[in-house]
Amino acid sequence: MEPLTCLTSRAVPLPGDNIDTDIIIPSREMRSVSKSGLADGLFAGRRYTQIGGREPDPAFVLNQPQYAGASILISGANFGCGSSREHAVWALAEYGFRVVLAESFSPIFADNCIRNGLAPLTFAREDLAAMMTAAEQVQTFAIDLPQGTVTVGECRFRFSLAPEPLEMLVTGADVIALTLNQRDRIEQFRRRDRERRPWVYLD
Amino acid sequence: MTADHAPLTLAEKIWRAHHIADLASGARLVAIDRLLLHERTGGVALQSLEAAGREVLAPAQVFATMDHIVDTTEGRSDDTRMPTGRDFIVATREGAHRHGITLFDLDDPRQGIVHVISPEQGIVLPGLTLVCPDSHTCTQGAFGALAWGIGSSEAEQVLATMSLRMNRPGDMRITIEGALGEGVSAKDLALALLAELGSGGATGLMLEFAGPAVEALDMEGRMTLCNMATEMAAAGAVIAPDDKTFDYLKGRPYAPRGDVWDRAVAAWRDLATDPGASFAKDVRFDAAAVRPMVTWGTSPQDAVPIGRTIPEGDRVERRKLDYMDVRQGAQVEGLAIDAAFIGSCTNSRISDLRRAANILRGRKVAPGVNAICVPGSMQVKAQAEAEGLDRIFKDAGFQWRNAGCSMCFFAGGESFGAHERVVSSTNRNFESRQGPNTRTHLASPETVAASAIAGRIIAASALEKA
Repeated sequence: MEPLTCLTSRAVPLPGDNIDTDIIIPSREMRSVSKSGLADGLFAGRRYTQIGGREPDPAFVLNQPQYAGASILISGANFGCGSSREHAVWALAEYGFRVVLAESFSPIFADNCIRNGLAPLTFAREDLAAMMTAAEQVQTFAIDLPQGTVTVGECRFRFSLAPEPLEMLVTGADVIALTLNQRDRIEQFRRRDRERRPWVYLD
Repeated sequence: MTADHAPLTLAEKIWRAHHIADLASGARLVAIDRLLLHERTGGVALQSLEAAGREVLAPAQVFATMDHIVDTTEGRSDDTRMPTGRDFIVATREGAHRHGITLFDLDDPRQGIVHVISPEQGIVLPGLTLVCPDSHTCTQGAFGALAWGIGSSEAEQVLATMSLRMNRPGDMRITIEGALGEGVSAKDLALALLAELGSGGATGLMLEFAGPAVEALDMEGRMTLCNMATEMAAAGAVIAPDDKTFDYLKGRPYAPRGDVWDRAVAAWRDLATDPGASFAKDVRFDAAAVRPMVTWGTSPQDAVPIGRTIPEGDRVERRKLDYMDVRQGAQVEGLAIDAAFIGSCTNSRISDLRRAANILRGRKVAPGVNAICVPGSMQVKAQAEAEGLDRIFKDAGFQWRNAGCSMCFFAGGESFGAHERVVSSTNRNFESRQGPNTRTHLASPETVAASAIAGRIIAASALEKA
């Protein structure tokens, strides 16, 4: 995973609460057994003029030229709710997003973000409203992950990430490799646990 | 409970029993007891694991089924309406075979929706940690397990290590006092809780359901209640196991037997929140106040008692009203429907089908209503057929399908039509969830059955009077 520490970009405003993973990527856009080839399906239901089509709807924010190349997305509460499909995060990442700013996230979506080098950052409603306005004004956002700050013009907004997800994002670690380093501890646990709870182990 | 420790929540007791190591970051390495896969996300997790040259640590603790994409019509095969559906099915089958993972394949009499078949087979047990790349995994918390949905990458980690690195979620409890009224089901309770607490009502918290109304539910009702916890953004849901839980599980294929069963039950009896344990959020709710519910918007929290009006005020998003073609201050009751759907991991079990059949018996679906019933598993289907329920559904004019997730969402490519109004026993009324621009109203199986007969949204009690 590519490490993420500091980033400067415009932010794409997507106001509204409960943007679900069906909106982020509809089922019909998940066509192959793969983590890639999903960027075109991102927000497909809103981004194109027709369901299943590819003609951009100029009214949708991603199609507006001032947001081309932006790597920050800003939305409302409970972002990424619904289906656990990691395809939603793969699509956002493949499109070029590295950070999502929101009032809250679905827990599965937030975990999926961390696994894919995308930072899910939460803010109080008032801060988010101020940032949404700045995003609509096409201002530039500067994000510093280790410092826990988002700077927009003269304004600075603070966020906190738990140490574990922060470390994963900043180092771009391979979580499975890290866990495999603990293989001895895992096997020791499983040996002892098998004595204690034999019904767990089915072999 | 011993006197030498602070009172613990049910969830904390289970987390402690799964603690492998503290990590430098402050997170924990948590042991996972069961991983369930399905064809939509299982194949990609196995493929990615193989690409990294890694092995499946404990195939005996991993199970896979075909439910998300498979067709549910008679004579189904690996081909689906979605042209590439076959690729998902074949990749999952071949991956499961390569790694010695038990697969409930298309032609297996145990096949069905993952959260229906896992309890049927005794795969979920009290006190376990169980994960699946599916948000409705919280359903299985009904058995006193910590069960939650994960992504494909986390599934890959569990395949390789039977563990997850995680920060322990906080605890929330909803104590449900009183008793549900006649004709009011666990689904109505879940929708009433969502309407009260909102779609962010349990964000990131492990949600315990407790109280007399929860104890009074049968296991299938408890599953329905826990199923909807993810719609409140909960990390998972859990209910303390009791004799109903043990009676349900006893003798199931993967449940322990003999002395081990006795040992297990003795251990499981300790799985309850200690008096005085503290919760980040602790809420009380009155079951007696719950009425049959229906949703009007595009989030499961947009629910009202049937007969009440859609809320007024400017907090209601215009987009929802336009999408659903409904008006503030108007009734949901009486809206004409195009389709009725009974199925999904929320409401497709035998008790759901029995209650719906009671309403359908001797009646006919209204002309022009496309009515479909998809049993949650092939075992549920067989049981229903043994009881003659299939005849009742078919005589009423319902299609009677094979098991799968089906049109809860349209992963397999089958959908309801654009702008069609569907009353559905499923869990999500999101935009285009059941088909492009389809309008979904969530309700109990009873309400779906009654509405199918009436051709408009109606409570079962009103149908009886009509």
